[in-house]
Amino acid sequence: MSSEKILITKDLTIKFGGLTAVSGLNLDISKGEIIGLIGPNGAGKTTCFNIITGVYKPTSGNILFHNQDITGLRPDLITKLGIARTFQNIRLFNSMTVLENVMISKHVRLNANLLEAVLHLPRYTNAHRQHLEECMELLEQVGLADVAHEKGTSLPYGKQRRLEIARALATQPTLLLLDEPAAGMNPQETLELMDFIKKIRELYGLTILLIEHHMEVVMGICERITVLDYGITIAQGTPAEVQANQQVIKAYLGTVEDDA
Amino acid sequence: MENKRQNTILTIIALLFCTLLIYLGDNNLSRFQLRILNLSAIYVILGLSMNLVIGFTGMFSLGHAGFMCVGAYTAAILTMSPAAKELIYYMVPIHPLLANIQWGVIPAALAGGIVAAIFGVLVGFPALRLRDDYLAIATLGFAEIIRIVVTNTTSITNGSLGLKDIPSVKSLWVYWGFAILTILILRAIINSSWGYAFKAIRDNEIAAEAMGINILKHKLLSFTIGAFFAGLSGALMAYLITSIDPTMFRFTFTFQILLIVVLGGMGSITGSIVAGVLVTVAMEWLRFVEQDMNFFGFVIPGISGMRMVIFSILLLLVVLFYRQGLLGTKEFSWNFFLKLASKRSKQKEVS
Repeated sequence: MSSEKILITKDLTIKFGGLTAVSGLNLDISKGEIIGLIGPNGAGKTTCFNIITGVYKPTSGNILFHNQDITGLRPDLITKLGIARTFQNIRLFNSMTVLENVMISKHVRLNANLLEAVLHLPRYTNAHRQHLEECMELLEQVGLADVAHEKGTSLPYGKQRRLEIARALATQPTLLLLDEPAAGMNPQETLELMDFIKKIRELYGLTILLIEHHMEVVMGICERITVLDYGITIAQGTPAEVQANQQVIKAYLGTVEDDA
Repeated sequence: MENKRQNTILTIIALLFCTLLIYLGDNNLSRFQLRILNLSAIYVILGLSMNLVIGFTGMFSLGHAGFMCVGAYTAAILTMSPAAKELIYYMVPIHPLLANIQWGVIPAALAGGIVAAIFGVLVGFPALRLRDDYLAIATLGFAEIIRIVVTNTTSITNGSLGLKDIPSVKSLWVYWGFAILTILILRAIINSSWGYAFKAIRDNEIAAEAMGINILKHKLLSFTIGAFFAGLSGALMAYLITSIDPTMFRFTFTFQILLIVVLGGMGSITGSIVAGVLVTVAMEWLRFVEQDMNFFGFVIPGISGMRMVIFSILLLLVVLFYRQGLLGTKEFSWNFFLKLASKRSKQKEVS
């Protein structure tokens, strides 16, 4: 736990009108960790992701990424700095093939201007070819190379999820935010996904923050877990600690009424 | 790779063939036919530039007539002879800075595009923060504002009197030259990384932003390129008609271009080209419906504007039953033709 801090949030709070969606969130993520963010529906988990990735500006609090304050930066700049995300409801580019979907992530890394692209000058074509190779390699690693030229939205559900992750990886992140990656998956697919997440962490030296409802996944791969309820952090700790926490049980199952 | 080279060669052959056609056409066609062909070229450029904005980037912008207006006036003022200017600006004399300028036709057309592009940036910067219907209303409003400003800056534009005696250009070379260049440039843009970024914004703005694409910058870029080509076609329109006035560029004109984009297929370059030519030719051909008609002795008086009713019905039918337009998002490709040809020859062998 002594290693370098990747992401620190300090008292992150966001209010929508009278509703406090997230209140005083303190995260502290070190390099290489897999951290789980769990909580009942409407607890503010996805909102947290939206704040970290710059979609929403927090009402108060700070976000430090690699010791740099990124609070309130534009989403595309945050992605450039190295935070990538997937979406709870899959958001693929529906007119594009698998390869094109992944190539979009390379656009910001393109070191050439539009004129060079229109005239097919070497600086553009070389960069383009290199990105194409990188993307094919990436698709190979995530097991989507055989469907590279098929439409992204025509893939089976599990592969669409995988493509979302591949697309996020193509932006070359150091921190990956996964929003319910196992949603709607069958047990077999879920097991595959867990292996896959561990594999990409090793392969790309990633730090992962994930939201998940499948307790199997969360307890299976997360090293530490933060539990939210109504925007408030009710527990933080290892899977075992969290499982034993009375408040967590209460949040998920409700209070036990005396049956007698 | 082999395939790519083959396609490039085929494209070059097609371009040479086009040049030959233009050469033959320029020498053999009547003035009326030339005029319609040239008008088609203008509509092709307009359709393409609007398709880039609406079809490829997914911004529902209706400001095209305004940018055309800017381009047309810029080119007209830059190319008119000083003598003509003195004659035409009889209500309020022309601004002394502009009185003695006389440029060539082609640099003036490019200048028209550039000035329109500058207006594009000015309009786009505030307006492109809006989406969908709101963007449509805002751009429509801006286009009307441009037209009204043009009507009222009399010392520059001669106001509502309009401009005439603009140098006339009749050659197919100029119009189709610009049209072919536009097609090549826009095709290159759309197939480049930027084109995919535009399409990503169209498909899913939130995901595009999460992939690191600067939304406003790319929207503005697409919008500005669209405005540039709209301005260019405005300039060409001025050369074709040789007299312009602000009422030409009302928002109804934008809807004619939208008709081309929707008919051809939003997100298809080929579609806009085909629809651009078809609509222009049909618009001329359908003139007979506006004349008096004689049905077995009953004379039906001609109603002007009847053509637009026919186009409206056509548009309704397309939107109801054939929503993706002529070509949807499909594009012309050599591979498709080659496959077709090889299939044919195989069939012949079999039979």
